Amino acid sequence: MSQNEDRLEHWVNPAPFDPMSVEKLSPEQEKFYMASQWQMMWWKFRRHKLAMASGILLIVVYLGALFAEVLAPYELRSRNARHIFAPPQGIHLFDKGEFVGPFVYGYDRKLDLNTLQRIYTPNPDKVQKLRFFCSGDKYDFWGLFKGDFHLVCPAEGGTFFLLGTDRLGRDIFSRIIYGARISLTIGLVGVAISFILGITLGGLSGYYGGWVDNAIQRLIEMVSSFPHLPLWMALSAALPVTWSPILVFFGITVILGLLDWPGLARAVRSKLLSLREEDFCTAAQLMGASPGRIIGRHLLPSFMSHLIASVSLAIPSMILGETALSFLGLGLRPPVTSWGVLLNEAQNINAVVITPWLLFPMVPVIVIVLAFNFLGDGLRDAADPYK
Amino acid sequence: MLTYIARRLFIMLPTLLIISLVIFLIIQAPPGDYLSNMIQELQAQGETAALEKVAFLRKEYGLDKPILEQYAVWMGFWPGPNGFSGILQGNWGWSFENNLPVSEVVGDRLTLSFILNFFSMLFVYIVSFPIGVYSATRQYSIGDYGFTFIGYLGLATPNFLLALILMYFGNVYFGISVGNLMDPAYLDQPWSLEKIRSVLAHLIAPVVVIGTSGTASMIRRLRANLLDELQKQYVVTARAKGLSPAKLLIKYPIRMALNPFVADIGNLLPSLISGSAIVAVVMSLPTVGPLLVGALQSQDQYLAGSLLLFLSVLTVLGMLVSDMLLALLDPRIRLGGGASK
Repeated sequence: MSQNEDRLEHWVNPAPFDPMSVEKLSPEQEKFYMASQWQMMWWKFRRHKLAMASGILLIVVYLGALFAEVLAPYELRSRNARHIFAPPQGIHLFDKGEFVGPFVYGYDRKLDLNTLQRIYTPNPDKVQKLRFFCSGDKYDFWGLFKGDFHLVCPAEGGTFFLLGTDRLGRDIFSRIIYGARISLTIGLVGVAISFILGITLGGLSGYYGGWVDNAIQRLIEMVSSFPHLPLWMALSAALPVTWSPILVFFGITVILGLLDWPGLARAVRSKLLSLREEDFCTAAQLMGASPGRIIGRHLLPSFMSHLIASVSLAIPSMILGETALSFLGLGLRPPVTSWGVLLNEAQNINAVVITPWLLFPMVPVIVIVLAFNFLGDGLRDAADPYK
Repeated sequence: MLTYIARRLFIMLPTLLIISLVIFLIIQAPPGDYLSNMIQELQAQGETAALEKVAFLRKEYGLDKPILEQYAVWMGFWPGPNGFSGILQGNWGWSFENNLPVSEVVGDRLTLSFILNFFSMLFVYIVSFPIGVYSATRQYSIGDYGFTFIGYLGLATPNFLLALILMYFGNVYFGISVGNLMDPAYLDQPWSLEKIRSVLAHLIAPVVVIGTSGTASMIRRLRANLLDELQKQYVVTARAKGLSPAKLLIKYPIRMALNPFVADIGNLLPSLISGSAIVAVVMSLPTVGPLLVGALQSQDQYLAGSLLLFLSVLTVLGMLVSDMLLALLDPRIRLGGGASK
């Protein structure tokens, strides 16, 4: 006992101790180091200017498609029998040196009796001021309620064909806006189908391996050695003619999705193959988690970002596929209006030489496909934020 | 190498078999067939002589049999009314719409389709390789940006639209009509040197149109692969040891980057062949594309089936060629038993 009293008392500094004091993180650093994976992806994605711009453009276009009735100056089916194959009317601001605000010159129309072509000449006396926030053609908004409010309308008794009219005198600009609805959703729905197929089959193949893997690999090889378009053509020709346009629409999306999954399934499989050897996966297995739970809860989240990127790269091919099918007359049929259906009228090269504005619907197709490609590239780069 | 090819061929057979079955089922899927439509029409007109012919055709092609038997007869696995006489025996069936054997309706089109696709593939290879290498070695140069930009445009413009644009400008500015694959003078002539030359001259426009999007994606792929290789240490070592840049580039990184390049051709081929089918419709080329669209629309089943089968076989064969090239290039594949990633 006496020995113990001789010893120095164990001294403890009563002041509070911060173990992190050696390498203190500033709040910014802390935010950076503690950031979640998604947070870091967002930061990395934001640096990709082109992808950001494309993403914003796509959001705007999709919103625009939502409000097509309001944005389009004309209704989808409104026909202007007096203006068949009218060329585009440019928007002017100044008339004879005076500022008038946005307006178009009305058309004088005469029939060339030799070629039976309608010839339209802008008449500088017919100044037709555009109206904004106006009431024009009546529409059924989403089939829910009626309205006649438009962002832009032609002048009273005048016309406003920004991109000309087609063979029935329908405004192509309005039809492009309405067509966006179908053309843009078909890509999403089709990709959703191929996404589900790809994840399920790729997941089974990668997780189980063995004969399941072998069988699915053979299936993938087979499906991807089909020439897509001819098969799409055959399948959509097989859709019964009696189906309603809506059913045909879903039929086409299913067809598009049915052939597109192998790429995704392959990606899922190769990721799973490398991930299932990881310790956290073994741990989950030992704890008795079911395969579905391991795949869904532990494995999928770790490469979800890659999947999203490859999906956004798959959407353009769907849009192009639908456009090609409808263009050939094997896809959607009027009265359903998509960009491909609109382009169907441009199939005849002679008609195109005389009325080149019928080719306008290809501009949104190209722009949207480009935007999805850029967005996909940006997402793919951002998908691996630790690199 | 031989065992690899043999194994590859062995795998190909069941693939082709299943593809043919799927095609047959799809072609058969629409309710009714050409003949029953025809019968209804003829009955409405009250003709009886033609009805007999239809009944004869129906029997001849076993259209009243169960579907799997029809398939077997079509392929030539099973004796039909005339014994074994299917695709395997060289009988392509009967085109009801044209009232001719399919082989006669198709005629030169198969050859022309094959030539068209072969040259498109060649075009993709030849154009994308130097550009890809250039873009990778001169990364971020003006040329690189230029090619990347054109590549993106090529990727985004569906090739049938490209064909339309080309035809529009060709018509407006040069007054030429694109279309057809040879000078009209040679249309029904036997193959000769002049005819071949004429075909080649007419091939240029469609080949460029069909190949553009594929070329764009190949350039992108090769550029990315080569860039990855160029950053590796062995390149730095070789450079430090004083190897000349050209020799270094050709000897190591390009050889490495070539592998995925060749493998990708196999993935590219289906889209190339689909593309050529639709471009042919737009440019009205005498290949199988326009015929196929017509046959699908009128449910002319044997014609559509044969054409689809032809396109699929073309795809599978092309993939086989690309696999063999790959095996030639990379000993790991021909020795290691299948590609591994």
